[in-house]
Amino acid sequence: MAGTWGRFNMVSLVLGFAFLYLPIVLLVIFSFNESRLVTVWAGFSTRWYVAMLSNQGLMEAAWVTARVALISATVATVLGTLAAVVLTRYTRFRGRLLFSGMVYAPIVMPEVITGLSLLLLFVAVDFERGFATITIAHITFSMCFVAVVVQSRLLSFDRSLEEAALDLGATPVKAFFQVTLPVILPAVIAGWMLAFTLSLDDLVIASFTSGPGATTLPMKIYSSVRLGVTPEINAVCTVLIGMVTVGVIVASLVNKRRMRIAAGR
Amino acid sequence: MASLGSTRRSFAPWTDPNAKAYIRFDNVTKRFGDSVVVDNLSLTIYEREFFALLGASGCGKTTLLRMLGGFETPTSGRILLDGQDLAGVPPYRRPVNMMFQSYALFPHMTVEKNIAFGLKQEGMPKAEIAERVRQMLKLVKLEAYADRKPHQLSGGQRQRVALARSLAKRPKVLLLDEPLGALDKKLREETQFELMDLQQDLGLTFIVVTHDQEEAMTMADRIAIMDQGRVMQVATPAEIYEAPVSRFVADFVGSINLLEGTLLEAGRSGARIRDVSGAEFGVTDAGEGQVGQTVWLAVRPEKVRVTRQRPADVRNALEGEVWDIAYLGDMTVYNVKLDDGRLIKASSINSVRAVEDALTWHDRAWVSFAEDAGVVLVR
Repeated sequence: MAGTWGRFNMVSLVLGFAFLYLPIVLLVIFSFNESRLVTVWAGFSTRWYVAMLSNQGLMEAAWVTARVALISATVATVLGTLAAVVLTRYTRFRGRLLFSGMVYAPIVMPEVITGLSLLLLFVAVDFERGFATITIAHITFSMCFVAVVVQSRLLSFDRSLEEAALDLGATPVKAFFQVTLPVILPAVIAGWMLAFTLSLDDLVIASFTSGPGATTLPMKIYSSVRLGVTPEINAVCTVLIGMVTVGVIVASLVNKRRMRIAAGR
Repeated sequence: MASLGSTRRSFAPWTDPNAKAYIRFDNVTKRFGDSVVVDNLSLTIYEREFFALLGASGCGKTTLLRMLGGFETPTSGRILLDGQDLAGVPPYRRPVNMMFQSYALFPHMTVEKNIAFGLKQEGMPKAEIAERVRQMLKLVKLEAYADRKPHQLSGGQRQRVALARSLAKRPKVLLLDEPLGALDKKLREETQFELMDLQQDLGLTFIVVTHDQEEAMTMADRIAIMDQGRVMQVATPAEIYEAPVSRFVADFVGSINLLEGTLLEAGRSGARIRDVSGAEFGVTDAGEGQVGQTVWLAVRPEKVRVTRQRPADVRNALEGEVWDIAYLGDMTVYNVKLDDGRLIKASSINSVRAVEDALTWHDRAWVSFAEDAGVVLVR
C-alpha cells in the first residue's frame, strides 16, 4: 500500500543507509576520540583538531587543495557552460555528435586512464609538473560534469526568452549575459559546486599529475594512512566531509528553489 | 452595389492604386531542409493596418512572422519594410517588435524591469525610462503590479505585460504570434477589442498570426488565408466570408455547403447551374465560371432556409429529410439529408422563444436559398 511504512520498507531503508553511512559515522565519531589508538574509545576530545591545525604539512596540502579546487572549478564552469550552450544551441553544426560524445567521455573514462594520459601529455610537452598541472587536469575532468548539469537546464530553457531579448534590441552577447545566464545561473552554480567537490576529493588524477612541490590533501591523507591511521587524519576527513556535505546541500537547495520558480511560471 | 460587411470608414489603402506599401514580401521562399515552409509568397501590408495571417498549424504563418522579426532568413526573395530591404538586418536592429506566443517574459525580472528592458538597450535616460514604463503600465492597466515577478501573475496579466513590453519601444510594426492563444474564451473576447482599440489609438501596424478564425475576423482589417506556405486569399473579413475565391477558403472559414454542378449558361441577367442530381439552380453571378465547366455553388448555412413546404417564391429548392438538429441557443443548425444522400447544412436564428409545429428528426423538409445567396467557385 502506498503511503504506509511496511516493515520490509523500513528494514531495507535502515540497511541501505547503514551500509552507506556507517563507515563515515564511525570516522566522524573517532575523530573526537581522546585516545591515540584509532579503534579504542577513550572519551570525547577535540585535541586531534588542534593537532591537525598545527600540522604544517597537512595545512599546506589543504591550502594547495583549496586553491586547486577554486581555480579548477571556476575555469571548468566557464568552459563547461560554454560547451553546454554550444551543444544545445547549435544542433546542426558538423561533428556535433562527435563533440558531444567527446565532452561526456571523461565521465565514464576510468580516472587512471585520464590521469595517465594527462601525465603523458605533460611529460611530452615538457611541462613542469606541480600546482599548474593538477589544476589543468582537474579542469579537464570536472568540466564535463558542469556541461552535463548546465545542459540539462538549457534543454528546458525557453529559447524565445533569448529571442525576445534580441527583439528588444539586445545584442546576442548582451542577451546571453542579461537573460540566458541569470535564468540558468542556479545550474551554473550547482555545476561549480560539483566541480569544486570533485576536485576536493580527487586522489587518482592528482597523484598522476602532481610534482614534487604540490601535494593535495587527499594525497597527503593517503600517504599518511599507509604509515598507520592517526586520529588526526580522522579529524581532517571529518572537516572534508563537512565541506562536501555543505557544498552538495547548497547546490541542491539552489537547484530546487529554481525548479519551484520555474514550476510556478 | 451593396457592400460586404462594414469596414473601418475611409481606411482601405489596398483599394487605392497609389497607396504606398509599408511591408512587402517579394517572392519569399523558406525551406527547412527538404520541406518548403513558405512557398514563393508575395504580400503587401499597409501602414496602420491590422493584418491577420490565418491558417492551420504548419501552414507557414509563424515562419513568415519570424522572418519579418529577423529570427529566420528567407531562402530566397526579399522582405521590404518602408522601402528598406531587411536582408542582413539582425533582429536587434529592426524597427519591429514581437509579442511571443509563450509571452517570453524574463522570469528573473519584475514587470517593471521587463518593460524597461528594451528601453535600456537603447540607452534611454533613466528618468525617461521610468516615465515610459509608467505610461505602458497605465496603458495595460497593471500599475499595481510593477514589482511583481512574472510567476506571480495570472495568464491575462502576463499577456498584458508582454504586450506592454513589446510596445514600450514604440515600434513601427508590432508582430503578434497567437497573442490570445493562452487565454480562456471570455478573456480572449475582451482582449480582442482592447487590442483593436490600442492599435487604432497608437496608429501602429499590427500583424497577428492566429489559427482562430473568429479572432482574425474580429480584429483584422484584412486577413491572409494561408495553406502549405502559400496565400490562398487576402481580403477583408467580410469578403473572405461572403466572397471566397476557392473551395479551400470557403471551407476553411466558417461552414459551407458546396454543391457541385455544371454551368449551363451565364449572362448578364444571371446564370444557371445543373447540379449532380439533375436539379437546376439560378444564380445572379457566375463569377469566374465558363459555360460547360464544372463549378461549385457555395452557400453558407445561414443563407439556407428549411421549411416543410416548398416555398413558392424561390427557384432554388431541394427536398430531403431532417437528419440532425443542433440547438445552440442563439441559433439552431439543421442537417438535411437530400434524397441522393448529400447533406445540406442550414441554420436559423432563434428570434422567438417558442415555435409552433417545429421541425423535428426525420421530418420531410425543403431547403431553399436565394439566387444571390451563393458564390460560384471554379477552384
